[in-house]
Amino acid sequence: MRLPWAGVVVLGVISSAVVALNRGEPVNAAWLLVASVCIYFISYRFYGLFIAKKALGIDPARQTPAYRHNDGLDYVPTNRYELFGHHFAAIAGAGPLVGPVLAAQMGYLPGTLWILGGVVFAGAVQDMTVLFISTRRDGRSLGDMIRSEMGPVAGAAAGIGVLLICVIIIAVLALVVVKALTASPWGTFAVLATIPIAFIMGLYDRFFRPGRLAEVSILGAVLLLAAIVFGRNVAALPALAYYFNLSGPTLALIIIGYGFVASVIPVWLLLVPRTYLSTFMKVGALVLLAAGIIIVRSELQLAAITRFVDGTGPVWAGSLFPFLFITIACGSVSGWHSLVSSGTTPKMIENESQIPFIGYGGMLTESFVAIMAMIGASVIHPGVYFAMNSSAGLIGSTAAQAAHVISSWGFTVTPEMLSQVAHDVGETTILSRTGGAPTLAVGMATIFAQFLGGRALMGIWYHFAILFEALFILTTVDSGTRICRFMIQDYVGNLVPSFKDTKSWTNNLIGSGISCVLWGYLLYEGVIDPYGGIWTMWPLFGATNQMLAAIALILCTVILFKMKRERFAWITIVPTVWLVICTVTAGLEKVFDPDPEVGFISHALKFSRALEAHHVLAPARSLGTMSRVITNDYVDAGLAALAVALVVIMIIYAVIEIPRAMSAPDSTVIEIGGPTEAVAGGGDD
Amino acid sequence: MIEGLQRFCRCAARTAHLMVGIPDYETYVRHRRVTHPEEPIMTYEEFYREVQKRRYTMEKGQFRGGCC
Repeated sequence: MRLPWAGVVVLGVISSAVVALNRGEPVNAAWLLVASVCIYFISYRFYGLFIAKKALGIDPARQTPAYRHNDGLDYVPTNRYELFGHHFAAIAGAGPLVGPVLAAQMGYLPGTLWILGGVVFAGAVQDMTVLFISTRRDGRSLGDMIRSEMGPVAGAAAGIGVLLICVIIIAVLALVVVKALTASPWGTFAVLATIPIAFIMGLYDRFFRPGRLAEVSILGAVLLLAAIVFGRNVAALPALAYYFNLSGPTLALIIIGYGFVASVIPVWLLLVPRTYLSTFMKVGALVLLAAGIIIVRSELQLAAITRFVDGTGPVWAGSLFPFLFITIACGSVSGWHSLVSSGTTPKMIENESQIPFIGYGGMLTESFVAIMAMIGASVIHPGVYFAMNSSAGLIGSTAAQAAHVISSWGFTVTPEMLSQVAHDVGETTILSRTGGAPTLAVGMATIFAQFLGGRALMGIWYHFAILFEALFILTTVDSGTRICRFMIQDYVGNLVPSFKDTKSWTNNLIGSGISCVLWGYLLYEGVIDPYGGIWTMWPLFGATNQMLAAIALILCTVILFKMKRERFAWITIVPTVWLVICTVTAGLEKVFDPDPEVGFISHALKFSRALEAHHVLAPARSLGTMSRVITNDYVDAGLAALAVALVVIMIIYAVIEIPRAMSAPDSTVIEIGGPTEAVAGGGDD
Repeated sequence: MIEGLQRFCRCAARTAHLMVGIPDYETYVRHRRVTHPEEPIMTYEEFYREVQKRRYTMEKGQFRGGCC
């Protein structure tokens, strides 16, 4: 057993050394991939299993909720490999694809180090520990567990946090889709075509041959490919292209309307079939990308570290600390996963001994996706990268202007190169396609085209990648809207009890309306934001996501103390402290920093002063946009401040609970089942 | 060899179903036969609709699906 591990360590050291020691010369992407995989295996074997066995004390003899409540439907003891697939499909989304691409403005190294370090010591630890504590509590949700272990105020704070992250996540991801589809008839056509395709699949699945998953998915996949291929003709025919060549604000309104309709119509018609498509396409595309990186072995064109580590980068504002650590959220640590780990997965776990494989291992796989996204962003020319990710306010709207500005930053690029890339992928322009998705699509198309189809197929691959990202973002939009609606109904229902009835159509319409207005407002403001939206909103998303992770880790820490396992509490305390430092610093800087590039309030004040003097500040073009910028600044400052406040509340309650747990003579934890039934007393709901 | 391949394919198919929230029907049938032999068992179509409905019904502690 020892020898293979020694081999992994040696391979890991060699590939890390190749990445680390190659200065000035381009590094091959495959080394980065191999080094990461070795780190994953080593950390799983030596840290993940250590935490599970020693710190958490998993007990293979203990009955899991899947057996205790076995109903063949929700609670089912499930083979660990099948459950791994389920868990991974539930945690994987657009987040790990976008964050690393944006972080690449500082070079591939800082982001890669944070993805690897973050996942090993924070992200995977969080996912596994939450899965563990939820499994010991009949698969109860994060909010429920916080309420029962830390009190109602902490529970309410976590609830608000979840609602906040939900609204922001939908707005930001929808913004990514808008940015990818603006003035792109080919992409817009393909993405819009998924709606009738889903209808066809839904009707087939409902009335013609119910439950034939393979048939309906293949039908959908074929139609989808046809839509991508036919999209080229749409873009080529001016009469047709006219209808699909949409501006950002129009697309935003379409997505808001779509989100509303999709969240009130029956799920089988749109949401279910699209979930099938997006899930299988996601897995397929990721496997293809991993194969592509290994087969093609492209060289990383981006430098390991760029001059923008100083915080003057065009993609997002702020210095390496703390902003890199919130820009890459999902690939290293994602609070969202604590919801999944306390959702369906704990209800299906066969044995506690499988918790590290599914919890820790699932998150390592997610991190691997983030590494691939980082590679995707790094194999394209840095000039092209900055042309795609800087707002028009910075680089202008023609290839010549953009090439001039970007070359002046030290990334030499010619206008011809920029037009050539646009031509290759079948678009009129690639300038200011911010949001990460189009950049990754170019990276993926570059890799795929080298082993499947050459340059001629680059356009198809690019739009395939765009569709793949847009598809699961849109699935997030409608399932997220439903989640928001439920939470709003729950909160408002405490005041107006009749509003809690989720079967009432009026309630559903009002609830969906409110949630669409909430995220729709942020989305629309992001789209018309002269800074380009992603610039302002992505840090907000990252901060709230990390905030939720900090909340989940605080709960884990409190529970470790309650279990009388405080000598292992450093395992969750260290990542908690780091996340709290990052989110609170980033949050406070976003609110109060005197530099208007970073701080929302100082930015608002700068624009207010100019507005009073009737003076238009770039990148705004009119006094009207100026006042919008000011309003947005205050809204964003409020959201950032709220995120900070929630973390502070959780810390206060942790400080109250931990000494109480320490002074108790025995374990005060409320677990269900297990050999010592005397401990079990909870399960109040 | 062929048996192993078949087993792998069945496992892959079950994984694909579970990824989109559909648990294994055979397991369900077996479970009902053992635990509630006197009660009726849903047909595959009924089972399929039921699990779909459950997946998207929002109730307390019924959080499903991911975003990121």
